[in-house]
Amino acid sequence: MPVPIRNKLYKLQFEKAQDCYVLLYPEGMVKLNPSAAEILLQVDGVHTVEAIIDALKRKFPQAPDSISDDIQDFLNEAENKEWIHYEQ
Amino acid sequence: MNNETTPTPGPPLWLLAEVTYACPLHCAYCSNPVNLTAKQDEMDTSHWLRVLSEAREMGAVQLGFSGGEPLLRKDLEHMVAHASELGFYTNLITSGIGLTQKRLAALKEAGLDHIQLSFQAANADTNDLIGHRRHAFANKLEVAKLIKQYDYPMVLNFCLTSQNIHQMDDVLALSCELDADFVELATVQYYGWAYINRDQLLPTQQELEQAEAKLNAFRAKQQGKGPKFIFVSPDYYDQRPKACMNGWASTFLTVAPDGSALPCHSAKILPLTFPNVQEKSLAEIWYQDFSFNQFRGTDWLPSPCAQCDEKEKDFGGCRCQAYMLTGDMFQADPVCAKSPHHHTIKNAILASHKNKKKALILRDPKNSIDVLTL
Repeated sequence: MPVPIRNKLYKLQFEKAQDCYVLLYPEGMVKLNPSAAEILLQVDGVHTVEAIIDALKRKFPQAPDSISDDIQDFLNEAENKEWIHYEQ
Repeated sequence: MNNETTPTPGPPLWLLAEVTYACPLHCAYCSNPVNLTAKQDEMDTSHWLRVLSEAREMGAVQLGFSGGEPLLRKDLEHMVAHASELGFYTNLITSGIGLTQKRLAALKEAGLDHIQLSFQAANADTNDLIGHRRHAFANKLEVAKLIKQYDYPMVLNFCLTSQNIHQMDDVLALSCELDADFVELATVQYYGWAYINRDQLLPTQQELEQAEAKLNAFRAKQQGKGPKFIFVSPDYYDQRPKACMNGWASTFLTVAPDGSALPCHSAKILPLTFPNVQEKSLAEIWYQDFSFNQFRGTDWLPSPCAQCDEKEKDFGGCRCQAYMLTGDMFQADPVCAKSPHHHTIKNAILASHKNKKKALILRDPKNSIDVLTL
């Protein structure tokens, strides 16, 4: 089962002035929307994609069933942007 | 204050801390002012620490330690540690000269996030000639290896000029060999020392196109692997100006070695009085100072910018360039083909073809005096 790992080039932190989580990298910043931030916060290099989906379902029980697909879509996008990668 | 239609600006997201103008290199393309601040006029540690705290409180998130060569400040580690505690993403912009393993370890301990290492060329002869320092290239190679060894993200910066732009193959090969994360291939912009050396530095359009073609061919073979290359072309060959600093005093705040607060690192040349962070708080400067409000928004724009449908894209371009090339900082950036002063750019390109072989004026405090009396 694939374990996503955050790219160490991107630092995830909450920015008070922006009122959101951001990814910081050499001379740049990406502002994250709340769901993107929730997902990335779960990416710890230990938990599998399935475990992350389960954790978020537990955290947001009112979310529709499509949440699994949404999370997978975001992880794919994050991989394309090289914010995360998977163990070789 | 400006009129009521000007919205309140956001915070300065980017703070450039030019902690010293002293530098072991003497590159003729340096963007530092030609009248370099003397060492004894540099702001002390406690003032710098206060500036960092105030900027972070306002919402600044990216912090660049630059210069000159910031490693020449013995208190650099102290400032980095403070910035890191405040939650800044800290960038060290360095020539690498003086970056020993001991200092690299201390900076890591202090929480430094990223190092941008400059190269003057991808071979020893050209590199050491441009920087005017023997063994600088060998030194930089060692430093690059150490940066990777200490697990920093590494950005390499090559300033491209007429002197090195034909060596693109070497540049691309070296970037891969050193395993850089990002590589900036920045054609020099003509400010400070680069402005007085413009004739000799400015590449021809053909040289530029060949360099970019080489890069694009290389990128096509990379298949997403290896360094990410960023190419910055000189605006002299463009038809529209750059949105300088993302708009005057919208995002960037520079503090110069003597504590001058500036909307960009070159703005000191303008006939404006800029405040000093030792006399006013950073918030007072950013939100209220006349100089920072002078060119905010689009209300101040001259013709033809005021009527232009691209004014929200470039805000009339660069104020320093307008001032240097037309003598009037309120003019449109002459890079724009719509500017009534666009011929100044064309003339500069022609002059460059003619004067290519003139001797370069090296960035050196000794030459500062000469330049001022020109």
